[in-house]
Amino acid sequence: MGCIEQMKYEVILKNTSFKECREYVKKNFKEFYQVKPGYRMFDVYLIGVPPVLIGVDGDDVIFPYTKPCYGTFLLRIRGEAEIESLRKGEVL
Amino acid sequence: MSNALFLLGCPESPVQTAIALYLANKLKRDSIDVTVAGTRSAIALLKVSDPEGNYVSKTVDLDSCIENLAEKKADFDLCFVFVRNDAGISYLSTLSSISDAKLFAIVFGSDADAFASMIDFECEKIVYKTGHNPVPLKKRIDQVMAWDA
Repeated sequence: MGCIEQMKYEVILKNTSFKECREYVKKNFKEFYQVKPGYRMFDVYLIGVPPVLIGVDGDDVIFPYTKPCYGTFLLRIRGEAEIESLRKGEVL
Repeated sequence: MSNALFLLGCPESPVQTAIALYLANKLKRDSIDVTVAGTRSAIALLKVSDPEGNYVSKTVDLDSCIENLAEKKADFDLCFVFVRNDAGISYLSTLSSISDAKLFAIVFGSDADAFASMIDFECEKIVYKTGHNPVPLKKRIDQVMAWDA
């Protein structure tokens, strides 16, 4: 998942759990989408427990990013193409 | 020959490497080909412990492994996911979604029971609350797996 780490991102939650990420997205973003684990976004495959929630805020996507030793982070990254795919219900 | 994937998590607990090598040996004796996916450190621990590949001959980067499974470029007959934290549950659940393998969760560490209770999908659970001593977990594995030996 090196690509994500080289992108400009904001960490919303760190060292958190998949459950807290899900609840945060549901509570804080009006627009969100439910995807299955393994959903491809940017060039990564999302790790998580279903339902994995991806929030949309303006041109940004908010999504969980899991690292084996550090748990799950909730990240915000600009992703207009990813938002378009989510809205169309495309599985990339 | 059937095959198996081990998905290793953070190698902070010494139990993980010991159990991975033990299980790989047992599966190899049953002619099951083992591939191990994990973090760089988890793989390094295995390779240092098994320098000639007597137990584990194939290793793969964790992200590449997930990509190949998600893209249906690869799959396995058996998959053992090592779980000792929240991230382990996430990986286990992801494997349940993207792979058709018979899934085993090897759950250990101080919060083993709590993490095991989060597993609500089809999966064989092997659970023991241990972080340093692999013997109780080894015994659980022997109870669950029907070894030919």
